[in-house]
Amino acid sequence: MSAEQSSIASVTDRVRPVEIGAPVTSAYFLKDRAAFVCGEEKVALVTTEGEITNVEVHGGGILCAVSDGQRIVMGGDDGKVVALDAKGEVAVLATDAKRRWIDNVAAHSDGTIAWSAGKIAYVKAPKGEEKSLEVPSTVGGLAFAPKGLRLAIAHYNGATLWFPNMAATAEFLPWAGSHLGVMFSPDNKFLVTAMHEAALHGWRLADSRHMRMTGYPGRVKSMSWSADGKFLATSGADTVIMWPFASKDGPMGKEPAMLAPMQARVAAVACHPRQGVLAAGYSDGTILMVRLEDGAEILVRRNGTPAVSALAWNAKGTWLAFADEEGNAGLLEL
Amino acid sequence: MAETTSEKIPVTVLTGYLGAGKTTLLNRILSENHGKKYAVIVNEFGEIGIDNDLIIGADEEVFEMNNGCICCTVRGDLVRIMEGLMKRKGKFDAIIVETTGLADPAPVAQTFFVDEDVQKNARLDAVVTVADAKWLSDRLKDAPEAKNQIAFADVIVLNKTDLVSKGELSEVEARIRGINPYAKLHHTERCKVALSDVLERGAFDLDRILDIEPDFLEPGDEHDHDHHHHHDHDHHHHHDHGHGLKHYHDEEMQSLSLRSDKPLDPMLFMPWLQNLVQAEGQKILRSKGILAFAGDDDRYVFQGVHMMLEGDHQRKWKDGEKRESRVVFIGRELPEEKIRAGFEACIVSK
Repeated sequence: MSAEQSSIASVTDRVRPVEIGAPVTSAYFLKDRAAFVCGEEKVALVTTEGEITNVEVHGGGILCAVSDGQRIVMGGDDGKVVALDAKGEVAVLATDAKRRWIDNVAAHSDGTIAWSAGKIAYVKAPKGEEKSLEVPSTVGGLAFAPKGLRLAIAHYNGATLWFPNMAATAEFLPWAGSHLGVMFSPDNKFLVTAMHEAALHGWRLADSRHMRMTGYPGRVKSMSWSADGKFLATSGADTVIMWPFASKDGPMGKEPAMLAPMQARVAAVACHPRQGVLAAGYSDGTILMVRLEDGAEILVRRNGTPAVSALAWNAKGTWLAFADEEGNAGLLEL
Repeated sequence: MAETTSEKIPVTVLTGYLGAGKTTLLNRILSENHGKKYAVIVNEFGEIGIDNDLIIGADEEVFEMNNGCICCTVRGDLVRIMEGLMKRKGKFDAIIVETTGLADPAPVAQTFFVDEDVQKNARLDAVVTVADAKWLSDRLKDAPEAKNQIAFADVIVLNKTDLVSKGELSEVEARIRGINPYAKLHHTERCKVALSDVLERGAFDLDRILDIEPDFLEPGDEHDHDHHHHHDHDHHHHHDHGHGLKHYHDEEMQSLSLRSDKPLDPMLFMPWLQNLVQAEGQKILRSKGILAFAGDDDRYVFQGVHMMLEGDHQRKWKDGEKRESRVVFIGRELPEEKIRAGFEACIVSK
């Protein structure tokens, strides 16, 4: 154990370890069970008592997953979009006619889902028809706006904003490079993409003004909004990088806050859903809970373990679930 | 890619102009009883009839890195596909990337240099180019893509040799050698080539950049050895190499080989090399070198694609091993005099 870890408060002895038995790529909570999405084929549903139920969801690799709180929507290399609900029931929502990989999925709170295969983004409301939009290059990420039915599609050289229920031409936000992840700010004022290079890009939606967020040593693969929506917490550096979005200019001209520095790269971040706390997982396996206000840290998992690949809070923020690249997982009650 | 490569999945890039026989070679690789499973990244579904392997459709999308260099192009779709494939680790032993007939191999190769995640999991094994013995000579005249693919290759499968006469064959081979004398060249009919000649080549492995001699200079070719012993620098134009091949000098695409049996000054050589690939990176397709630095008992090896270089100390020079530096560039319209003068200036003079 390193010096920096021995000096801080620890809750490692309160973690309930769970062996998933396969690499985990993301985690969610469905009602009172944690759901660990594996690299291929299955999702492991785990009760707070540690009882595991494996559910087969795809006939191959699970390429993407997202949750609307009620269910997990996933896309696979079997060309299927499937949903898993809290009861553990699986529904196939769409099947690609050419069995192309489903690269991205997004879920709207009203039950509408979006997915992409190659250059085409699809949207389907619970009882509506399937609609699609082709963008100039392969879709790198999808996200629904918090208000209205509006889909952001990240691709090469920018992002496209599409209102699937309106006839108007989709709006294009240009910025050179390959855009992978995409997120709206909770107040619907900003769009942020994670780029292939080690940087984020943002647009203020009112006037498409650019925001460059650079300085990362590695690609940003995990982003999470703080409970109050004032900060965007990100992975990709050896500290948690927190971009301030409270003012009307967002992070333009401001320095990010840096929390929880370690001798390892931050691999996953998840902000607490109600309080000013986040969980950060590192490439050396360490997991910390960090208070945003003063950076105070609590150790959840020690270093020297495989890289953290998934972190999730339940909706009330009373449980934290985590997992690593080799399928070692854990549950912590707060 | 300089660190241990053993656990990384090898990636073979398969190129070749339209109709040369790429799909034939691919089907041959996949259908042979080798007990291995391949993930194959193709541009056209349907031509490959093997169920046992993972076949993935790609879009061959190239984007420029935001670093101000227009030659730093990366295949974004490959980054995405590699990420997806890594979720199925253990389900396949190697990856083959088939490019379209008109593709430039550089963005594929560069993807394996610049993307951190791709580098962590996979290593570029070799660029294999299938060429049509009957039509290549014509394509070299009218299709810049075909020339690029030859210049870039580590292995050239000269296919359809049954459709040409002996004379035509040596003609096309000489034209290939005029562009790329370093690739391993195999004559085939219907792409009948030993799999070990196209797979697991380690052509981008720094530890295996052992042999950067021109392929047609066989070991033990005394004439050639004499030639090198008597000159400090090999001037590349092997007008007499004893194999009866005509010598062609391609006006546009050439290779340039430099050598010195006097040690190089690393404080001069490394900045020179960096600057050279920065300035001429668009012209330089491939570069490789084994270097003997003054006051350094280790061999230094490097290799590069356009502007991207990687290099490392490889091992100690062996007792009795000749401490000779050799550098090779393959590229278009290479500024030969400038490169030679720059290299000479890095030689420790005493």
